[in-house]
Amino acid sequence: MAENEQPLLVADGLTRWYGRQLGCRDVSLELFEGEVLAVVGESGSGKSTLLHLLAGQLAPSAGLVRYRMRDGVTRDLAALSEAERRFLARTDWGYVQQDAALGLRMAVSAGGNIGERLMAVGWRHYGRIRGAAESWLDRVEIDPARIDEAPSNYSGGMRQRLQIARNLVTQPRLVFMDEPTGGLDVSVQARLLDLLRRLVQDLGLAVVIVTHDLAVARLLSHRIMVMKGGEVIETGLTDQVLDDPREAYTQLLVSSVLPV
Amino acid sequence: MTTVLEVSDVSKSFTMHLRGGMTLPVVRGVSFAARAGECVVLAGPSGAGKSSILKMIFGSYRCDLGAIHVHHGDERTDVANAGPRTMLALRLRVVAYVSQFLRAVPRVAAVDVAAEPLIACGTEREIAAHRAGDLLARLNLPDRMWGLPPATFSGGEQQRVNIARGLVGDHPLLLLDEPTASLDAANRAVVIDLVNARKRRGTAIVAIVHDADVRDAIADRIVDVTTFAAAA
Amino acid sequence: MSAHTYNFAYLDEQTKRMIRRAILKAVAVPGYQVPFASREMPMPYGWGTGGVQVTAAVLGPNDVLKVIDQGSDDTTNAVSIRKFFAKTAGVRTTTRTAEASVIQTRHRIPERPLTEDQILVFQVPIPEPLRFLEPRETETRRMHALADYGVMHVKLYEDIARHGHIATTYAYPVKVDDRYIMDPSPTPKFDNPKMNDCAALQLFGAGREKRIYAIPPYTKVVSLDFEDHPFETYRHNAPCALCGATDSFLDEVVTDDRGGRMFVCSDSDYCEARRSAQRTTTEGTKTQERVKPAETEADNG
Repeated sequence: MAENEQPLLVADGLTRWYGRQLGCRDVSLELFEGEVLAVVGESGSGKSTLLHLLAGQLAPSAGLVRYRMRDGVTRDLAALSEAERRFLARTDWGYVQQDAALGLRMAVSAGGNIGERLMAVGWRHYGRIRGAAESWLDRVEIDPARIDEAPSNYSGGMRQRLQIARNLVTQPRLVFMDEPTGGLDVSVQARLLDLLRRLVQDLGLAVVIVTHDLAVARLLSHRIMVMKGGEVIETGLTDQVLDDPREAYTQLLVSSVLPV
Repeated sequence: MTTVLEVSDVSKSFTMHLRGGMTLPVVRGVSFAARAGECVVLAGPSGAGKSSILKMIFGSYRCDLGAIHVHHGDERTDVANAGPRTMLALRLRVVAYVSQFLRAVPRVAAVDVAAEPLIACGTEREIAAHRAGDLLARLNLPDRMWGLPPATFSGGEQQRVNIARGLVGDHPLLLLDEPTASLDAANRAVVIDLVNARKRRGTAIVAIVHDADVRDAIADRIVDVTTFAAAA
Repeated sequence: MSAHTYNFAYLDEQTKRMIRRAILKAVAVPGYQVPFASREMPMPYGWGTGGVQVTAAVLGPNDVLKVIDQGSDDTTNAVSIRKFFAKTAGVRTTTRTAEASVIQTRHRIPERPLTEDQILVFQVPIPEPLRFLEPRETETRRMHALADYGVMHVKLYEDIARHGHIATTYAYPVKVDDRYIMDPSPTPKFDNPKMNDCAALQLFGAGREKRIYAIPPYTKVVSLDFEDHPFETYRHNAPCALCGATDSFLDEVVTDDRGGRMFVCSDSDYCEARRSAQRTTTEGTKTQERVKPAETEADNG
C-alpha cells in the first residue's frame, strides 16, 4: 500500500539538554507501521529522554518529531495544541509505563480502567463498554470475571497486562513502552513478552520500546538503536547489530550478556 | 533456469574492539551463484566461513565489500547494501533461513514456531498451523509435542522444528545451515526428500552439509569455500 | 444603643463590584468556575458564605428575598441568613416563592417554576465535579479547558458496576450548554431537570473554595448518563401526607418513637400554598387527615 511507504514517526536531529547535562544529541530515526524499534542502552544512555521526546512529553532543545495522523497528514508534534496532543495520546498512541501503578487508576475497577479511553472518545453505552473491557481482559489473559476488581488487588504482572489492555483498547497505531518488563519476575516477564509479541503481530502495531535487556530487544524488535551517553552508537536490523556488532560499545554490550 | 542468487566478490572481516581492534578476516572475494531449482552446497572445513556466508546472504552479518544480489520477480536487491526495511521485506517472502541452532522463544508452542513465517505473510492462523503440522509430522515429531514450547526439546527435536519453520513458506531462496546435523538416518532421509521436493518447485537452495550421503543426495554443485580464504 | 451601620448588604461597594464582574464572566461562560476573592463573612465556612456573597452583590433595595435550607424557610440557617439581610440591607423578605425576586437556597430548588424576574442563588460546598477522581487543581483546570471529561463517565461506570445503577442521588453532575461539566451543588438529582431551560438566572457561590459559576436563563442542562442507563429522577412511593402532591420532593419526618413516620413536601412554601388552595375550596381532596403541629407563619418583613 502506498500509505505504508510513508513513515509513521520521524525524528530529525532530536537534542535535549537538561541545563548543562546532555539528555540526548542529534537523534534521527524513522518508524514505519508495524515496525518495532528497540532503543537499548545502560543507565544514562539517553534512551528514556528519547522516548519522552518522541512521545511529545518533553520539548526538544533542538530538532523535531513528525507524526503521520490518522487522516494521512504529517504534523510536527511541537505544533500540535495541547488538546490535539491529548487526543492523540488517548486514541492513536499508547504509552506503557514501567511502573503499572503510574499508568493505571489504581482505585478504579479494571473495567473502568479499560473503558476510560472509550468513554473519553464518546462511548456512552454501559453494556458495550463493559463488553469491550471483558474482551480485552480475555485477550491479555486476565480472567474477565475480575473486571470489577481494582488493580490494587492485582499482581505486578496482571497490572502490567491491564495497562497494556488500557492502552490498546482504542486501537492505537503507535505504542511507546518504557521497560515494560522491568521489575517483574522472570516467568512473569516471559508471559508478558509473549503477549506483547502476539499483540504486535496481530494488531500490526508500531512500537518504540526502551529496554536495557538485549534479550527483550532480540525477541520483540525488528530494528535496534544502541545509545550511550546521549548519542546513538549504532543502529540497524536487530539480529545484524546483535550478531555482528560493529562499534566497540555494542560489542561490549553484547559480550556482557550472561549466557543462560 | 533463472538465477536467483548472485554473490559477487564479497569480503568480510571482524574487528574485535575488545581485543584492541584486532582484525579477524573471514572470507575474501566470494563469488558464486544459485539458480532456481538447484542446490549449491558450500564445502570446507570448520571455520572456513561457510556459516558466515549464509548469514551475509540473510543479512544477519554485514559484508565489507562486494554485492549479494537476490532476484525476485522482476526485481533485484543487493543485500549487501540494503537497508533494514528492505531486508525485512525480503525475509518475509523471498529468503528463508534454517540456522544451525533454533533460537527457542519461551512459551511459544512448536507448531506455532513453525507456522510463524506463514502467518507473517498473511496466511490465516489455522491454515498455517495445519501446514506446519504436516511438516512436523513428516519429520516424525510426535503430535503430542506440537503444543509444547521447544525450549526443553532435545537438539534433534529442536532442529526439526527449525526445519519445519524454514520450509513452511514458499520462499524462492532457501538457506540451510547443517539441516541434518542432529538427525538420525530416517529423519535425514525425510529432509533429503523435502529438499528435493523444493528443488522441483523451483526453489534455489544454498546449503552447508557435512554428511557426505546427504550432500550427494541434494547437491547439484559444490562450492569450495577454501578458495575464498582471506589472507591471515 | 448605637446601631452599627453597615453598607447596604454588608459588603463594601468595591467588593460587590468584584463579585459582579465574576458573575458576569460566569454568565458569559455557562458552567465555568470563575475564581473570585472570597471575603471573610460574619459566619464560618460551611454556612453558606459563597451564596451570601453572591446574594449581597446582586441585591437591590427593591428586591424581595427568600431564603431556604433543604426547602424549608424555618431552619436555623435559613432564618439567620434572612435576618442578616433584613438587618444589613433592609429589604423585604418572604417565604412565598411567587413573591421573591432573589431566592438563596441550600440543597433544594423550589418546586414552583421560576420566572424571568427571579434569581436563584445556590450555596456550594465543593464546586469541582472532578475533584473526587482527580485531586490536583492544576489537572482539573486543564481537563475543563480541554473538555477532557472521560473520567466523569468512569465514575458513573463504577457506580453501575458496583451498585447496578448510578448511585449518585445528589450533586449529580450535569453538562451545561454542551460544554462544561458542573456540580449543581448538593441538590437532590430530583431537582436536576428544573435547571434545564429555566427562566430564572441561576448563580452558584462557593465561599471556601472561592468560585462562582452560573447558568444563564434558558440554558441547556443535561444530566450525565449512559444510553442504557438513562438519567431518572427519584420517584417517591407516596404522595405528601399534608397536601397530597405527587410531583414534589418529599422529606421523611419521624412522628413517634415506634417507627412512625410520614413523608411531607420538602419545599414548605409549595406545600403550604397547596394546602391553603385546598382549604379555600369546598371539596376535601385529602383522604387522610393527620393531626400535625401548627405551622409557624414565617415573618414578613
